Amino acid sequence: MNWKKNLRKAYIGLIMAFLYAPIVMLILYSFNNSKSRAQWGGFTLRWYHELFTDEAIMGALGTTLSIGFLAAAISTVLGTFGAIALFQMKRRPRQAMLSVVNLPMLNSEVVTGVSLMLLFAMAHIQLGYVTLLLSHVAFCVPYVVLSVMPKLRQLDPNLAEAAQDLGATPMQGFLRVILPDIMPGVFSGFVMALTMSIDDFVVSFFTTGSGVSNLSITIYTMAKRGISPKINALSTLIFACVFILLIGVNLQDLRRDPRKGKVEKVRIPY
Amino acid sequence: MENGAILSIKDLRVVFEDGFVALGGVSLDIGKNEFVTLLGPSGCGKTTLLRCIGGFEKPSSGEILYKGENIIPLPPYKRAINTVFQRYALFPHLNVEQNVAFGPDLRGEDKKKTALEVGRMLEMVGLAGYEKRKIASLSGGQQQRVAIARALINKPDVLLLDEPLAALDLKLRREMQLELKRIQRESGITFIFVTHDQEEALTMSDRVAVMRAGEILQLGTPEDIYNEPQSAFVADFIGDSNILPGTMVRDQLVRFLNCEFPCVDSGFGEQTEVDIVVRPEDLKLKPMEDPIEGVPQGVVESLLFKGVHYEMKVRSGESMLLVHSTHARPVGMRVKLTVAPADIQVMHKSDCSPDVLKRHADRAK
Amino acid sequence: MMRNKALAAPFVLWAMIFIVVPLVMIVWYGVTIEEPIPYTEIVQPDGSVIYQLEDGSRTTEKPWQKRAVFSLNNFRRMLEPTYLRLLLRSLKVAVITTAICLLLGYPVALILTGRDFKRPALWLLLLILPMWMNFLLRTYSWMSILENSGILNSWIARLREAIPALDEWLLSMGVRRRIIFLYNENAVILGMVYNYLSFMIMPIYTVIEKIDKSLLEAAADLGASPVKSFLRVTLPYSLPGVLEGITMVFVPAVTTFVISQLMGGGKVPLIGDIIQNQFGKSSDWHFGATLSLLVMVVVLAFMGALGRIDKDDEPHKEVRIL
Repeated sequence: MNWKKNLRKAYIGLIMAFLYAPIVMLILYSFNNSKSRAQWGGFTLRWYHELFTDEAIMGALGTTLSIGFLAAAISTVLGTFGAIALFQMKRRPRQAMLSVVNLPMLNSEVVTGVSLMLLFAMAHIQLGYVTLLLSHVAFCVPYVVLSVMPKLRQLDPNLAEAAQDLGATPMQGFLRVILPDIMPGVFSGFVMALTMSIDDFVVSFFTTGSGVSNLSITIYTMAKRGISPKINALSTLIFACVFILLIGVNLQDLRRDPRKGKVEKVRIPY
Repeated sequence: MENGAILSIKDLRVVFEDGFVALGGVSLDIGKNEFVTLLGPSGCGKTTLLRCIGGFEKPSSGEILYKGENIIPLPPYKRAINTVFQRYALFPHLNVEQNVAFGPDLRGEDKKKTALEVGRMLEMVGLAGYEKRKIASLSGGQQQRVAIARALINKPDVLLLDEPLAALDLKLRREMQLELKRIQRESGITFIFVTHDQEEALTMSDRVAVMRAGEILQLGTPEDIYNEPQSAFVADFIGDSNILPGTMVRDQLVRFLNCEFPCVDSGFGEQTEVDIVVRPEDLKLKPMEDPIEGVPQGVVESLLFKGVHYEMKVRSGESMLLVHSTHARPVGMRVKLTVAPADIQVMHKSDCSPDVLKRHADRAK
Repeated sequence: MMRNKALAAPFVLWAMIFIVVPLVMIVWYGVTIEEPIPYTEIVQPDGSVIYQLEDGSRTTEKPWQKRAVFSLNNFRRMLEPTYLRLLLRSLKVAVITTAICLLLGYPVALILTGRDFKRPALWLLLLILPMWMNFLLRTYSWMSILENSGILNSWIARLREAIPALDEWLLSMGVRRRIIFLYNENAVILGMVYNYLSFMIMPIYTVIEKIDKSLLEAAADLGASPVKSFLRVTLPYSLPGVLEGITMVFVPAVTTFVISQLMGGGKVPLIGDIIQNQFGKSSDWHFGATLSLLVMVVVLAFMGALGRIDKDDEPHKEVRIL
């Protein structure tokens, strides 16, 4: 039986290698003292230094982050209230609306991107930061709705009524009772939206303009001429942050509950 | 109760959007410091009535007067009425103390005063020292008590309880019944209690309103409801009973089980079809040697020991009668059946008589 | 009690503007083409030309405006062999990618939910962590591994130098010294499998993890061999996850345009590339919209075939929150 077990472990190892190979490459290149990716020119931190003075990259990073957080925040608010509104609808309209809200997730990114671009064209809105933000909100909201809905279903049906019964206005009841209770769903919706936004390329490609460029688009433009090792350095930094953050959070969960032999739930904001 | 009523419900109707009539014109006066129970099977409208009083359901028509003022336009948070929900609806992210202090905190009351008050409330419901406990770590009975404390701390004039004991096991339920009664007496608050458990209703209430299909069939003290049910449905729903078809021959003489019995009821007219209720403990079994004449006879078909009494099934003609007695009669014995005139409850036929009678007749098969 | 309409209205409005209207726009653009507005030239006695539009108005400048008119021309164009071949290739590449992802991913989910790993969820996290690195970069990084002068080729070259016999044998098999990995369909498929593998593993892992372990024990107890209990219990129960995974891989695979450009080097254009072109170089938005419609229909038909549309709403009780 043991060799079977080892075989299984080896298989996971192989898949890991496949998934991490390009990432390892990328990290290596960020320390490579040569502009060419074909040869190893020795270890250097030069790209990390130069990174912070590269206005194009820093600007793109700024756009990515500001769009990411703004879009995540807006779509979290919109999606949470939307989920509640959906939840309170009668069966028929709820199902109709749910299908509509799910459309961007069913549809491919290309279609979403193209459709939004045409929308802005029709409304004579100049493509740029605002259209980029609106588009990101548009494709993030469904994910927030998706992660808040189950939490609403789990709610004690009388919770809101109990709060109002004790003298809370509906808004007070929402803020003091409902929101804390559905917070995990709201939070994971936010993280999901943030991730989707930061990682997005296709929709951004169709809906940005006027020189507004996020990291994905910058990388796409660069890919044709050759990617600057500075981008590798930046990605290494981002990846390291995410890696430490996620592993840290999950290990801490483990430590807090030492009775559990294995992690029952890993927080994967995906 | 006309003038002393704290809550006066007048011809309240609730029609749901799908056309279902949840309440079909209910009127009810509830006095100060009264313990009123709304009793009925599920779907009878008792919870809807409670939710109307609490402000969670909007009636289609009618009035709810609270101290003489119509409160229907008021949202729940503006009513001096609090509710204990069926599944308690405690706030899971707050601890016991924070749950109980929810109302006072919202009103912005002094923290120290609230803390003292919370302590007093928890003591009253027997949970002193539980202030910092998490809701999830409490048992069902304890959660129940927290829910009561959370409502009572607001000093409502009226407390609504929606089947608050349904989730508890039998022993705990008995305990909590006494506890609730004690709290109600001590606090001087009007309790409106919803349940489908007739025993619970009879034990705790000052008055019971038996409901069916959106209407109150009978309102009265537990004794009234038990001893003088006004309809086959009430008789059937409250306690064990024998419900039989009969004919009112004339005032104070009724015919059922093919015999004529003197009774105390009058005013039904002559030769009127009626329903008869005889409680099992009111049916007496006499040996055949007994000289009494003109009474129905029967055969004991089963005998069960029930602790304080024996439960026997006696077949008499087409009917199967339930008899409770401290004297056991052996199975197969022929007996004579007697009932005291005051123990015969004569009722008008109602729309649910056929159902109830059929079910009672089916016992014979 | 807040009226739900007040709460729902902004959300419904938002959904209309940003979901429904854009899709309607695609349809509108898809069934129209642009043409110059018609006019007639009238030569004045003095030799100058004025232009009369259809509504009778006249202008001295040559009209340049265009107008959209209903036309199914783009649909006809879409059905030309060139585009049909592209669509077929996209479908083929997507199907192969999905199949490989399923074959690679299912065992991963199965092994991780087994007893071999003490912290399966942590391993799962490690498996999907790469997704937090920009997918363009990761794909680009593959290019540097696979390109002619890339790492893989240089390792193979070193290996061949070290073992001349292997080198000779490979040469006799017709394998060149520098193997061309990139810029063909296989490279595109590799890029897609790499990018979408996690999409397959996640949902399958989630459903297998939820399978009641006592079911497997019961199956073993009843004498089922591990293979049998897999076929009878695990496999059928994991089917919803498999379907979810297939959708999550197939939909982006059939419509991608970046991976094909990078890994295919422009030699393996897919339908997504053509759509992108219509909004870039060729700048024929109407035809682009027609192709988008096509893609939409293909995706929806695919989902319909998998029974993934209109999933019945979960049991729902009427509750008011706000």
